[in-house]
Amino acid sequence: MQDKTILATHGLTRRFGGLVAVNEVDFDVASNEIHAILGPNGAGKSTLINLLSGEIPPSEGEVLYRGQSIQGKSMRQIARMGIGRSHQKTNIFPRLSCLQNCELAARIHMGGVFGSWRSRLRAHAVSERAMEMLETCRLTHRAYIPAAAMSYGEQRQLQIAMVLATAPSLMLLDEPMAGMGREETAQVTELLASLTDRYTLVLIEHDMDSVFRLADRITVMVDGSVLESGPTEQIRTSEKVRDVYLGRHDEEVTA
Amino acid sequence: MLHRYPKRVAIIMLILTALVAAFPLWGEAVFGTQANFMLEKLTLMLILALFAMSLDLLVGIVGLVSLGHALFFGLGAYTLALASPDFSPASMWWMLPLVMGVSASIGLFIGVLVIRTKGIFFIMTTLAFGQMLYYFISTSQFAGGTDGVFIMFRPSLAIGERTLVDLDNPYSFFYFCLGMLLIGYFFLRWLTRSYFGQVLDGIHDNEHRMQALGYATSGYKLIAFVIAGVMAAIAGMLAAMQYGFANPAQLGWHTSGEVLMMLILGGMGTIFGPILGAFAYEILLFIYEHATTHWPILMGLTIIAAVLVLPRGIAGLIIAPPWQRKRNNDDAPAAKKEQASEAVQSTTPRKEG
Repeated sequence: MQDKTILATHGLTRRFGGLVAVNEVDFDVASNEIHAILGPNGAGKSTLINLLSGEIPPSEGEVLYRGQSIQGKSMRQIARMGIGRSHQKTNIFPRLSCLQNCELAARIHMGGVFGSWRSRLRAHAVSERAMEMLETCRLTHRAYIPAAAMSYGEQRQLQIAMVLATAPSLMLLDEPMAGMGREETAQVTELLASLTDRYTLVLIEHDMDSVFRLADRITVMVDGSVLESGPTEQIRTSEKVRDVYLGRHDEEVTA
Repeated sequence: MLHRYPKRVAIIMLILTALVAAFPLWGEAVFGTQANFMLEKLTLMLILALFAMSLDLLVGIVGLVSLGHALFFGLGAYTLALASPDFSPASMWWMLPLVMGVSASIGLFIGVLVIRTKGIFFIMTTLAFGQMLYYFISTSQFAGGTDGVFIMFRPSLAIGERTLVDLDNPYSFFYFCLGMLLIGYFFLRWLTRSYFGQVLDGIHDNEHRMQALGYATSGYKLIAFVIAGVMAAIAGMLAAMQYGFANPAQLGWHTSGEVLMMLILGGMGTIFGPILGAFAYEILLFIYEHATTHWPILMGLTIIAAVLVLPRGIAGLIIAPPWQRKRNNDDAPAAKKEQASEAVQSTTPRKEG
């Protein structure tokens, strides 16, 4: 792991009325690491991701991406800075084909509102890149099928392919394996593991096996605050974490 | 796949276009002395089809329901009427760019203000702008108030002294309108299948996701809004030429509502559907108006029935006829995937529709 920090938050807080969803979180991600966020339901994981991707503004504190605050920037600008994200809910364009979905994402590099009217040569490059991403996510055989007709697992994989196609330097994945079967989960875990040399990942995931297999570092959140943050081994053996969260999964983890 | 339709769509549209284009050949045999009147009706339908198609870009493709689209229709009509000299015909070479320029500027101005709103708010803000212009025009002396403005001479389409198309002749004007409709149709067909169109589809399905991908969705929506406005203004200009005047009624929300009904009847988001919708609406209107003075009741019932029976309008009836739809429903959902893949594979290599 390099110690080059790509993303950092300082005292990040978000309140929804009286509820403090994220409370003074200091959090950082080094480039080329997989940083997983664990925590029980309602711990503020998704809110944290939403704050990191600029989808909602923080009540207090700031998010620094490559040393630059993302405060006041639109989602679009943040996406173009290199932060790509996937959503917990499957979030694809159902009427477009699998490949077209990916092309929409890939075309983002072409710049400007009029980027869509560029030359055929460029169009070819976009298709090629989209195809490449589908191959990475093992979806090549599904390229020409409307996204709505793909299986749930495939749609989730397509979502990852789309994030990849925007060429982000930081990927925020909100429960990429939610609702997947065992086999599909294993497949996506493999996929994510194969990305580590090129991408930096922030990952929210409930599947313990995958998290411990993938993550370089883990941050455990409870009630909006960071309970403990550190290398995977430290979290696995931490008493504090075990008490609050992992206790219930004890057998699964050690098994 | 999206915006690509079965071959029968192209066949049916071609047959209908040929039938309409050949009206001067069969019109007199069928309608006798009424033929000239029918030709005028038919010309009006072509103009309204262009108008309905322009709204489809907003409503069907982008998913923005506008209740102020008649603003552009009337704007085209008034631009022509007010810019035409009183004692000689204006040149089409000047009028067309003028109408397009005026509508594009106003579209840009209104678009910037309304495009960030969504759903009901978009409906209300477009309605508000439409009504603002309506009341401004109908109380303005220079625009003839509620009487509107008469156009003494139709613009001429000529190169030097030679007339290209004699727009005063009802037959040539009919073909001129048909030509404009075809140009409009093929332009929108190209647009919806372009990357720009793909982005619009993405915005229709999930605008939030498009923003997360890094698209400036407002910019795309604004361009679509302006394009739709310019096309509606051209239709309005043609309508003013047809009627011989510009009237505040062309601007009002009634007209906006009527054109929405044409969309619903024809099938939104298909581009060719609204053309059928405009024809169907006008034909129904013609029949109902002659049958009873209470025709709005009949029309209302027809629209309600259409929504219930034909959720995707006439276009949906052609794309997926009931007998085919029934077969699809019989298959278990599990088989849906294979079927869809077959359907896509069979349509992808060919370019059709």
